[in-house]
Amino acid sequence: MADRITLRVTRYRPESDTEPTAQEYDIPLRKEWVVLDGLNHIKDHLDGTLSYRWSCRMGVCGSCGMIVNGEPKLTCATFLKEYAPGPIRIEPLSNFPIVRDLVVDIGDFMRKLPRVKPWLIRSEQERPAKEEHLQLPAEREEYEQFSMCINCMLCYSACPVYALDQDFLGPAAIALAQRYNLDSRDQGSAERMDVLSSADGIWACTFVGECSAVCPKDVDPAGAIQRYKFTAAMDALKTLLLPRGAR
Amino acid sequence: MEPFLWLLFSAGGVVSALLVPALLFLFGLALPLGWVTPDYTHLSAVLGHPATRVVLLGLCVLALFHWAHRFRYALYDGLQLKHLDRVINLLCYGGALAGSAAAGLLLLT
Ligand code: SF4
Ligand code: FES
Repeated sequence: MADRITLRVTRYRPESDTEPTAQEYDIPLRKEWVVLDGLNHIKDHLDGTLSYRWSCRMGVCGSCGMIVNGEPKLTCATFLKEYAPGPIRIEPLSNFPIVRDLVVDIGDFMRKLPRVKPWLIRSEQERPAKEEHLQLPAEREEYEQFSMCINCMLCYSACPVYALDQDFLGPAAIALAQRYNLDSRDQGSAERMDVLSSADGIWACTFVGECSAVCPKDVDPAGAIQRYKFTAAMDALKTLLLPRGAR
Repeated sequence: MEPFLWLLFSAGGVVSALLVPALLFLFGLALPLGWVTPDYTHLSAVLGHPATRVVLLGLCVLALFHWAHRFRYALYDGLQLKHLDRVINLLCYGGALAGSAAAGLLLLT
């Protein structure tokens, strides 16, 4: 294994650049280094002006997502040696506006997320619980996969529908809605339905499946969307066929 | 409307995936190549039976609506013609309806 590798990193400084450019850095190639270690090496030793987000270094915080050689990746979970001999292209997540260098603005997602009410909803009439709402392991399994989402935005970056239409609610927001819809303690699925089953919700998805392919947490947002399409379609059928009282 | 079109689309996908390969194998390979030699009078009785015709019609209709939905999105997103949505919807679902009517004429009369 060669002992050095080149990173071609996107630079964008809004105060001086009109558009993003690429800058090359030559860094040591160590077998235990992930892409994020390479960026930290640049920041510490070669160029302190490089901007990027990270925090946990262990696939938990979801802040280090970038495009590595054309694919959305968590840079703390992507080893440099997989791309040897390089060069490796490091770009900011696509489908989001660039703030600076590798930092993108995910405000669009942050505004969409509360619309699906990603919290446990209980009926208004209910009196405050005196004890915790118990849940069987099997009931927890129903939604556990969707609760693994770390909001890393790799799925939005990979989604061709979101690339064409930024009004699309998007994979993670829908998976997170399902995380609560499928929770036995939740009573809010009816409240979430309007937003989810609108034209910009699940029906905009054409089941390309890239979101699930890139998700580092195996959330399977594409599966969540397909499953909800069936729920919503059945609900629409009932509305059409059954008299009000029987629904 | 979308939920119903999607139901037709997914039902079409399921029945096509299940039945079309089997039918193609039987009538496109196995019979012409002589791998199986059916009793032709029995076969024609089965094919002439109203239930068979209704099943085949169902397959044709659902497969056509599956195509219509897929093709609509291929035009919308693949060729980025979403602004022509009216024409596209007419072409796709109108085509599926026309095809269904033709299949109905052939199979039920
Ligand atoms: S669904 Fe997966 S890819 Fe999307 S934000 Fe959550 S963890 Fe990231
Ligand atoms: S740094 Fe936290 S997920 Fe990569």
